[in-house]
Amino acid sequence: MTNEAIKEFITAILPTASFDETGEWLNIQIESTQLLTLAKALREGETNMNYLFCLTCVDWKTHLTMVYHFSSIQHRNSIVVKANLDRNQPSIETLSFIWRTAEFHEREVFEMFGVQFENHPDLRKLILEDEFKGFPLRKDFEDPINMIKL
Amino acid sequence: MFSLEGLTAMIQNWLAANFNPTMVLVLQCVIVILLAITLFAVLGLVLVLMERKVAAHIQIRLGPNRVGPGGMFQTVADTLKLIMKEGLTPDKADKLLFNLAPFVVMMVGMLLLAPIAFAKNFQIWDLNIGVLYISSISSLSVIGILMAGWASNNKYSLLGAMRSGAQIVSYELSAGFAVLSIIVFTGSLQITDIINSQENGWWLFKGHIPAIISFVIFIIAVTAETNRAPFDLAEAESELTAGFHTEYSGMRFALFFLAEYINIFIVCAIGATLFLGGWMPLHIGHWGGFNHLMDYIPSSVWFMGKTFFLIFLIMWFRWTFPRLRVDQLLDLEWKYLLPISLFNLLLATVIAIYGWHF
Amino acid sequence: MIQETEIIKDTTHLGDEGEMVINMGPQHPATHGVLHLVVTLNGETIKKIEPHLGYIHRSIEKMCESLTYRQFIYVTSRMDYLSSHINNLGCALLIEKGMQIEVPERAKYVRVILSELTRIASHELWLGAMAMDLGAFTPFFYAFREREMITDIMEDTCGARLTMNYIVPGGLMYDIHPDFQKKVKAFIAQFKSKVTEYEDLVTNNIIFQSRTKGVGILSAEDAISYGCTGPVARASGVSCDIRKLFPYEVYDKVEFDEVIETAGDSFARYIVRVKEMNQSIRIIEQLIDNIPEGEFVGKTKNVLKLPKGEFYTRVETARGEFGVYIVSEGGTTPHRIKFRSPGFSNLSALNHMAAGSKIGDLMATMGTLDLVIPDIDR
Repeated sequence: MTNEAIKEFITAILPTASFDETGEWLNIQIESTQLLTLAKALREGETNMNYLFCLTCVDWKTHLTMVYHFSSIQHRNSIVVKANLDRNQPSIETLSFIWRTAEFHEREVFEMFGVQFENHPDLRKLILEDEFKGFPLRKDFEDPINMIKL
Repeated sequence: MFSLEGLTAMIQNWLAANFNPTMVLVLQCVIVILLAITLFAVLGLVLVLMERKVAAHIQIRLGPNRVGPGGMFQTVADTLKLIMKEGLTPDKADKLLFNLAPFVVMMVGMLLLAPIAFAKNFQIWDLNIGVLYISSISSLSVIGILMAGWASNNKYSLLGAMRSGAQIVSYELSAGFAVLSIIVFTGSLQITDIINSQENGWWLFKGHIPAIISFVIFIIAVTAETNRAPFDLAEAESELTAGFHTEYSGMRFALFFLAEYINIFIVCAIGATLFLGGWMPLHIGHWGGFNHLMDYIPSSVWFMGKTFFLIFLIMWFRWTFPRLRVDQLLDLEWKYLLPISLFNLLLATVIAIYGWHF
Repeated sequence: MIQETEIIKDTTHLGDEGEMVINMGPQHPATHGVLHLVVTLNGETIKKIEPHLGYIHRSIEKMCESLTYRQFIYVTSRMDYLSSHINNLGCALLIEKGMQIEVPERAKYVRVILSELTRIASHELWLGAMAMDLGAFTPFFYAFREREMITDIMEDTCGARLTMNYIVPGGLMYDIHPDFQKKVKAFIAQFKSKVTEYEDLVTNNIIFQSRTKGVGILSAEDAISYGCTGPVARASGVSCDIRKLFPYEVYDKVEFDEVIETAGDSFARYIVRVKEMNQSIRIIEQLIDNIPEGEFVGKTKNVLKLPKGEFYTRVETARGEFGVYIVSEGGTTPHRIKFRSPGFSNLSALNHMAAGSKIGDLMATMGTLDLVIPDIDR
């Protein structure tokens, strides 16, 4: 499917989505509340995006951005979906009921950035110890003992 | 040529000439006890080293070669190390059973040395129900294993011991039937009779089809009975536990370790006696010249050669095959080996009655 | 800020009546690396497996935010240490793509040959370790005999045997050793004569087959849903070889087959990896005689700066798809790096594959997943 066809498909579902084609793949910017509808449509619709191969979060100092990389095996193309989150109360719907791989990835984003995933089946720390305080991958994370500022 | 039977006759005469009869008996018992213990120790040393060397050469490496010429004293060093280790007893373990278990297993090994004929006229006790004695005493080792697993106060040891126990008890049946089919040919349970009946050829060749099937089943069954790979699930390191001897350390562990190798020696000795003629040289029918030539090699060399060949075979298995899962192991016994050995026994009986063997 | 303690589920309730909860690891002979599995057993049957990760977490992603673009490449060698060339290649490709650096043909050929040698070495180690888990101790030594030849080649050319820091953005760090071609050809000859040994000893062994056939089945939809890539997905019938779908370097110029099996059980995963080794040999044979002369590194500035934007590259490691995602603000260090590791997604499928089977099958399943834990924990 060409980028044009995908853009039409998505605008039909979410008229407010904005597109950015400067990078290698089509980037789609949506609101965090619209994620679940878009994800379901991408999976079940004609785009057949059945591979979620990267799920991460980026900390711009004013806000957080969730980044999802989808890919379709039949059509052999990939897209990127981004959603901005509020820094103080970051929360978004979980995708683990559509792609089972999202379970582990979202747990990791939860412990590293503090994003709450609503309706996640088992949201707890994955890699860090249970008593760890703070969200390490945020830019304002301070650890005077372990982080050496050059 | 060198012959052990002359030696026993010489000692017997010398003792009888110098002491009164009870003293002779007592001294003979003492000599036998010392010899048995020495045999144990030497066999343990040799077999452990053999295992390591065989394993190494199959795995394209050299094995122990620094301690002594060709690594001969490696096991001595290992035994010294094990003696000096701290023997820990777990906290709430049953002290009596915990300490008794390795000795039970060793005792079974020692008792089984009695009927084995190491050379012509060189046997501790030639009783008339030799084979029955061997089968029944070897079943007692299960008690030692279960005692070890229970007394360790560790649920994984208990699991391992129960699995071991189930495995040993199941495979004893097949081993027993395999042995029985040879007894059907010889018509006697006495070890000397069995060996003498192989004067014109070993039962493996004389008994053709049923003997070969029995031999194969016997080898598989005794590999399983002694907990060797591919049936060593109970002590597999990459599974949950180290089996029933997890909690043992120091000298007690050394006794278990030794007892395992002695068991292998004993079952191979039994296999060599029943199927390969014990100390009887290779005779073919009534070829006088050939048979006379074979007689030049001493009988003890024949016996040890055959036994060590079977031991090598069992060691070869360990380093070649992966491990069976516990349900596959028990499946193999109850669904395949047992029916085959029953049928084989019937076949052997028919052949023996009609005299269709060589 | 929401307190994280309010949402943490009750982790103390681990088992119902009649169930046993045991810990496998973190130090355990069968889990290769420090993996802690909490297994809930009902008798001999597994009800649930929960991996506890983090024993070798080194905060690589945070660390890379203060490393320059020349420095961060070699951290990936320490992540999946069995595919170190391939990981380095992924990072180098991303920088070359972002900064439009020309890579000379000689460097491309050598990089692909090194990647395939690394893949063979990784699969050899997996073969030995998996056979050892199942109780066959000898294939381990045979596999390491071939792996030694490869690490010797690496030691001559790259200077190191495990974490080989040799690939730079633009090409190679220095030229290849003069004996490189001769040694690789000797290795190919030896490997071809020994591959029948593996067939006889392991593949055709009936005990091995009965322990791996029908064990740990993963269907194609589940493989896609769990994000599994590499041999795990290919054994379930999913065609996902990055070298075929999105070719990089000179993979579009060589002929090789993508190995796909449909059974989805442990035996299929085993067969896929063994056949992949043969395909790698095929690739190396086509390239080793034709390495073009020329430069071994393209022209780059000393200080690399990626332009502002986002970049993603993917390469096919021995375990699956390794992805590098960089968000750059135009400086000398990245703003955010995310490493998409193949083991992370493959591990999440373990609970699905092993639940309901016996403990003995867990070893066979985990062995065929080929997990390298530093890759998962980063």
